[in-house]
Amino acid sequence: MSQDINDVIIIGSGPAGYTAAIYAARAQLKPIVFEGAVTAGGALMNTTEVENFPGFQDGIMGPALMENMRAQAVRFGANLITDDVTAANLTGEIKTVVDGEGREYKAHSVILATGSSYRELGIDNEKRLSGHGVSWCATCDGFFFRDQDIAVVGGGDSAVEEATFLTRFAKSVTMIHRRDELRASKIMAERAHNDPKISFAWNSEVTELQGDAKLSGVTIRDINTGETRQLSVTGLFVAIGHDPRSELLKGQVDLDPQGYVLTGVGTTATNLSGVFACGDLVDHTYRQAITAAGTGCSAALDAERFLSNLHSK
Amino acid sequence: MGATAAVTDASFADDVLMSDKPVLVDFWAEWCGPCKMIGPILEEIAAAHGDKITILKLNVDENPATAANYGVTSIPTMNVYQNGEIVKQIIGAKPKAALLSDLAEFI
Repeated sequence: MSQDINDVIIIGSGPAGYTAAIYAARAQLKPIVFEGAVTAGGALMNTTEVENFPGFQDGIMGPALMENMRAQAVRFGANLITDDVTAANLTGEIKTVVDGEGREYKAHSVILATGSSYRELGIDNEKRLSGHGVSWCATCDGFFFRDQDIAVVGGGDSAVEEATFLTRFAKSVTMIHRRDELRASKIMAERAHNDPKISFAWNSEVTELQGDAKLSGVTIRDINTGETRQLSVTGLFVAIGHDPRSELLKGQVDLDPQGYVLTGVGTTATNLSGVFACGDLVDHTYRQAITAAGTGCSAALDAERFLSNLHSK
Repeated sequence: MGATAAVTDASFADDVLMSDKPVLVDFWAEWCGPCKMIGPILEEIAAAHGDKITILKLNVDENPATAANYGVTSIPTMNVYQNGEIVKQIIGAKPKAALLSDLAEFI
């Protein structure tokens, strides 16, 4: 079975990967989708309410939205594999990918939709205290910080969403942000400003983490004055952005200096024939569920066109 | 149900601390996405290696005392207990191959 040459393999399963799967499956391409061993559903699996995905006038929970997309892909015959791709050879006419168990899969075309991963602070003790007060998932870990003073690092939509969510549990939430105003959308920023439990440390960055068995405090530095001060918190939620998950592609697919996959203008095609890319993996700018779904659709249509040219040769 | 059973605050001492075999306790909750991802992986590991290591699931929502007692502030957390002591701690969801290599000394 795995020796057959498939039409298309999709790597990744956020809104981009699942939308590509829906379109490719409806086009009878029988896509194989590698959802990721522990990342299936993508970034939205760790969010709460999604209020801006068109078609859901009362909002929808992130995991429910992804469950719906997944079921829709299954309905049209996508073959979903809940595993990672650990190696890929994309340069030849026949593309080969290898899963976590060492099985090989071949295809004429590949759609890359591996999204992005959380950016780390890159300071001492971060790894040691991860899971001991330092967290990247408010929905997973907020529960453990009932009536405690905690902080969120970041100022974008994700950071504000986390901070707002965390006020359900925490006594206080300090948002630590490098700028002097939130980067988040207006409606999100207003929500944070109006929340009595949320306060702000502007123009600030975290320079040190303290704590033995678990986090007891952080040192923050004022970027303008260089002054440092101590913040006594037992939880620190990091939401300072994402980096594209493109390690697997290095040396094969053209990447920009930040690691995003480069695609042509008005197409999802990469430098490699038969290899298409979509979602947060290519997107510096918008990074929304709906834009990821949009480019996932484009990638499936581009792959479909590529395959029909190939098969009519 | 599969190869993993539930453990509670009440049964923790008997089922985990007094066990002759090493016991992996998976601290989890309904509302934790990554926890749901590793559930099936732990089922597979329990089915294949249940003779050497017992795998139990502890719902932190329903059993907050044990989670607090062991300072769990992030889930999934997987603690391996041997002779009543924590001998290994794995935090965060990982693919099966990585979990197996973390647990290599027990299986």
